[in-house]
This record gives sequence, C-alpha cells and structure tokens, in this order.
Amino acid sequence: MTEPRDETSRAWGAQGLARRLLRFLVHHGSATLLVLVVAVATMRFGTFLTARNIGNVLRQNSMLGFVALGATFVILSGGVDLSVGSLVALSGMIAAQLSSHGSIAAIAGAIAATTAIGFLNGAAIVHARIQPFIATLATMIAGRGISLAWANEQSIPSERTATALEWLGRGAWGPLPAPVLLLVAAYGVGVIVLAFTPFGRHVYAIGDNAEAASLLGLPVKRIERTVYAISGALAGVGGVVLTGRLGVAQPVAGRGWELDAIAAVLLGGTLLGGGQGGATSTLVGVVLLGVLFNVLNLEGSISSWWQVVIRGALLLAIVIGQNRLAAVMRRADR
Amino acid sequence: VKMKSLPTLGASVESYGTLGTLVVLLAVNAILTPHFVSWSNLWNVGRQVTTTIWVAMGMTFVIATRGIDLSVGSIMALSSVVLSMLLPAGILAALGGALAVGTMVGFVNGFLVTRLGILPIIVTLATAISLRGVAQILVEGSPIVAFENSTLDFIGNGRLGVVPFQVGLTAIAFLAARVGLRRTVFGRHVLAVGGNAEAARLAGVSVAWVVGCVYAISGSLAAIAGIIETARLSATDAGRIGQDIELDAIAATVIGGTPLGGGRAVLGGTILGCFVLGLVTSGMNMLLVPYAWTMVLKALIVLAAASSQARRERHQ
Repeated sequence: MTEPRDETSRAWGAQGLARRLLRFLVHHGSATLLVLVVAVATMRFGTFLTARNIGNVLRQNSMLGFVALGATFVILSGGVDLSVGSLVALSGMIAAQLSSHGSIAAIAGAIAATTAIGFLNGAAIVHARIQPFIATLATMIAGRGISLAWANEQSIPSERTATALEWLGRGAWGPLPAPVLLLVAAYGVGVIVLAFTPFGRHVYAIGDNAEAASLLGLPVKRIERTVYAISGALAGVGGVVLTGRLGVAQPVAGRGWELDAIAAVLLGGTLLGGGQGGATSTLVGVVLLGVLFNVLNLEGSISSWWQVVIRGALLLAIVIGQNRLAAVMRRADR
Repeated sequence: VKMKSLPTLGASVESYGTLGTLVVLLAVNAILTPHFVSWSNLWNVGRQVTTTIWVAMGMTFVIATRGIDLSVGSIMALSSVVLSMLLPAGILAALGGALAVGTMVGFVNGFLVTRLGILPIIVTLATAISLRGVAQILVEGSPIVAFENSTLDFIGNGRLGVVPFQVGLTAIAFLAARVGLRRTVFGRHVLAVGGNAEAARLAGVSVAWVVGCVYAISGSLAAIAGIIETARLSATDAGRIGQDIELDAIAATVIGGTPLGGGRAVLGGTILGCFVLGLVTSGMNMLLVPYAWTMVLKALIVLAAASSQARRERHQ
C-alpha cells in the first residue's frame, strides 16, 4: 500500500530512523523473527539445519500452507472462513473414496467438491447476507458431520493403485518433497494473482473499504464469492495432499486448522480486517509456525497439551503485538 | 440509541416463529416415538438442554454487545477440572473455585477485547484453544476422573418435588437474567453498547466496563454449566466436557432472534432455541440417525435462521 509522509520524515535524523525501524518491523517483523529462530535453533541443535529435518518440517506444514494461502485471500478481502478444517477432512474422504477410479478422478473430484462448497459459502455471504463468521461456521459443522457420517466415523484407506495421489503426499522430485514443490508453485501463483492482476487489486480494495469499492463499480459480490471458492479449493488441495501422505482419510482430519491458518496469516503480517499483507507474508508465517513447533519438539519434554496452550497464547501474542505496533505507527505518523 | 423505540412486534414474530418450530418438533417427536410425551422423558430433555441454556444465556448477552464468545466450552472443561481438584478441600471451596476461574477468564477476555481492541472472535478463539490445553495439563492427560460427593450428586441428579434441581435452578437464573437485562441500568447499558458503542460512550456509558462484565457473565455462566455437567456425570473429562457447545449456544441465540449486529437480546427466544436444538438432537437420536447427520441438520437450521434474520434486517 502507499506510504504517506515517508518523504518528509526521512530528513529528520533519529526520529526518522526510529520511524523507519518501526515500519520495517511492521512489514518484515515475521521474517526477522524467522531468521532469528532459525539462527538460534541452528546453534542449539546440530540436527536442525539438515536437509532431512528442514524437508520434514516443510513437508509436514505444506498441507496447512495451502489452507493458509486460501485464508489469506479471505482475510485480505475482510472476511473469515471457519469451514476450511472440515473441508480438509471432506476433501480427503472424497479423494480416498474415488481413489479406486484413479488418481485424477480422486484429486479432481475432491477439489471440485470443496471449491463448490466454498462457492456456496460465498453465495450465502453475498446473496443471503449472512455474516461470514456464521455462514462458514454452519459449513464447518455440516462439513464435519458429512465427513463423520460418510463411513460411520471410520477412516477410508486410499487405493494403492492411485500412485499420483500418493506421490503428492509422499513423493519427491530429486531432493525436493512433492508437496513442497506444489506449495511453492501455489504461492507463486498466489503472489502473481494478488499483486499483478485486477482481481488481486480488487481483493485488497474490498478489504480496505467494501463500500468505496462498490461505489467505484467493482464487482464486489463476484469477487467475494470467488475468494471463498479459492479458499475452498485450497482447503481441498490440503486434504488431497494429507490423504496422499497418510494413505488413509480420517473424518476428524483438519480439526482446528482454521485457527492455525488464521494464526499463520496474522503471524505473517497480514492485518485482520483486510487491506494489507499478502501471500509471501503468509508463507513466512506458515514456515515460522512450523519451525517454532519443530524447535519445541527438538527441545523434547514438552507435552502435546503444552504445545496446544502455546499455540493459543502465540496467536493472542501475535495479534496483540500487531495491534500495538499499528497503534505506535499511527502515533508516529501523526 | 434505538432501544425501546422499535416496536416489539418484530421480536414477537421472531419468537413465535421459533415457538412454532418448537411445537412442530414436539408434535413430530410425539408421533414418531411412542413414549415421547411422558413427564419423565420431557424432564430428561429439559435436563439435557440445561447446560446449553446456561451457556446460551451468556452468549446472548455477549452477542447483544456485538461480540462473540468461543471460549465457553473450554471454560466449562476448566471449571470442571478445578472443581474436581478442589473437592478434597470441601464442596464450597470447589464450587467457588470453579466459578471464580470461569468468571476470571471471562473478564480477561473482556479486557483484551475492550482495552486492547482485539476482535472478540480472535481473543476467545485463542483462549478456547489454550484453556482446553490447560484443563488437560491439570488432569495430566488422564481421560476421566470420577468421584463421589452427595452435594454434587444432588446438583446433577436431585429433585425438588417433581422438578429436577438443575431445571429449577436454570428457571430461576433465566428470570434473574431477564430482570437484569430489562429492569436494570446495566441491562440498558448492555443494549446501548451493542446498538451503538460510540453513542453509548458519548452518553456517559463506560463501554469497557460493560463489555468486560458481559464476558465475565458469559464466563461465570459457562462455569456453572461446567459444574452441572460434572455433577451429572460424577466425573470430569477435560477433553469432552463442553466440546462444541459454543456452536450450540450461538445457534440457539441466532434461532431465538437475537440479531448478530447487537443492540437487542431476546433471552426467551434463546431458551426456545435451546429446546429446538435439544428436540432435534433427541428426535434424531430416537430415530437412530447417527449424530453426524444431526450436525448437518443443525447447520441447516442455523443457516435458515441467520438468513431470515438478515432478510428482516434489510426490510426494516
């Protein structure tokens, strides 16, 4: 976005420097934190900065990465999508169910289904004017219900013959894990769409001020619908990769991922309520979250329930920190 | 502030719509299941929905201020664990401790929402995740802790004459909440803050205090729900108690006609909403439909209620 008053403040020595430091923290704080965490972890644990460990961290977090990319679009447009965790499970179930018909049917069927559900989310929000939070909450409950009812709360194994499906989760291209490749490609597309296409600009505009965007003649309804469809599609990709990785689809998969995705987006520096941030920031957020919990695991001795507590506290700390920084920035700009 | 100026007609139409649904559900249940209309069964349904009612009453207050509280389920679990841990020190200490913990968490939620200006959905989401973890850590991951206590047994399973104790207690709490909302300055302030926080502030209402109290109320009501649930089970289960109850509470509030945009609270509607959800669940249960499909049905009911609410708002 534009940076007003920067030109005038530059001349004023220490004050300008402090201001620029603040601005740097707001825009690159998470990247700085990532570098710090990686540096400390490398010094502490010899096993940390190895191709094997880093590959594992990225592979483990790639599924959440897809979901978080979708959440980035939604949050940038000023909305929220709570249904993604359930859609991950549903997509996995569909993929496993269709896997006997071959990988392509499984992958396409699963992603098509969750894209359609995302589109319905958008339609409920745009046309029935239901608040995003309530509409996607309902989809979250219903989606989880369908996933559970699908096979009487049992898991569905995916067919071994669906080798491409398995490759998406477990495969590799040379030294690079397949899901990580796919993730990088997805974020590449995400960055281009958000930064260089009219659609991307419109997403920012709606998040910044939907009323103004509408008065400017932007097709607000269509864009919002599309945003939720994208979120559904990427949750579908996450579910497909997860099923490929585990070789089995679990109806309880993805529980709580909607929160992790929101946390990753915010941790990256995208502002809740929209208008500012982007796909690159989210990728930083996803990797940072993944590395943090990898370090916690390397520390050992921290029970999974403590990790849950830390996860919640971290989310809160991120938002409070963001909020404070923004307030300080506003004061500095005045 | 448009509080009393709006005709109450809209509210009654909403309530009657919910009431109509309730009557239809009762009729359908009565026809489909032979022994449905018996006192013992109706009291049973009443007992099953009491915990939801406690939580949903708090949620109605919160939603009336344009907020949301996703942490109620975790507060239930935490208060249940605290109750069981303090039980050796005496029942009063246990009940007081459980209630205090819930109220305190609620107050912290409110503080973060008002003083730091963070969205309620994010604040309570974070506390929801963390507190479930804290509850699990306190019981050290052991799934179920059972105990025996005559007072708790009375709270959970006792009767005053024909009325189950918890049903009577819930009825009294409902009346108190209704009076508090309609007849007290605090109640007026809650609605004023929800209707237009800026206007309320200019009129001299301490918005931060009111909102803080509302979340504290939600927390303490959730703690009571946790106590009742624990008393009924004679056990604490950090993983299961209160799981997903926030969804039911929000659903009941929306079905009951309290607008998500704040400014109005239809407590009676919320109670009806709880019974609608309870009857749907027990009806599906008796028809041997898996609970998973009940979830789908509940989601559809919420969508229908929310969209009709949105339509009405546009026409006003």
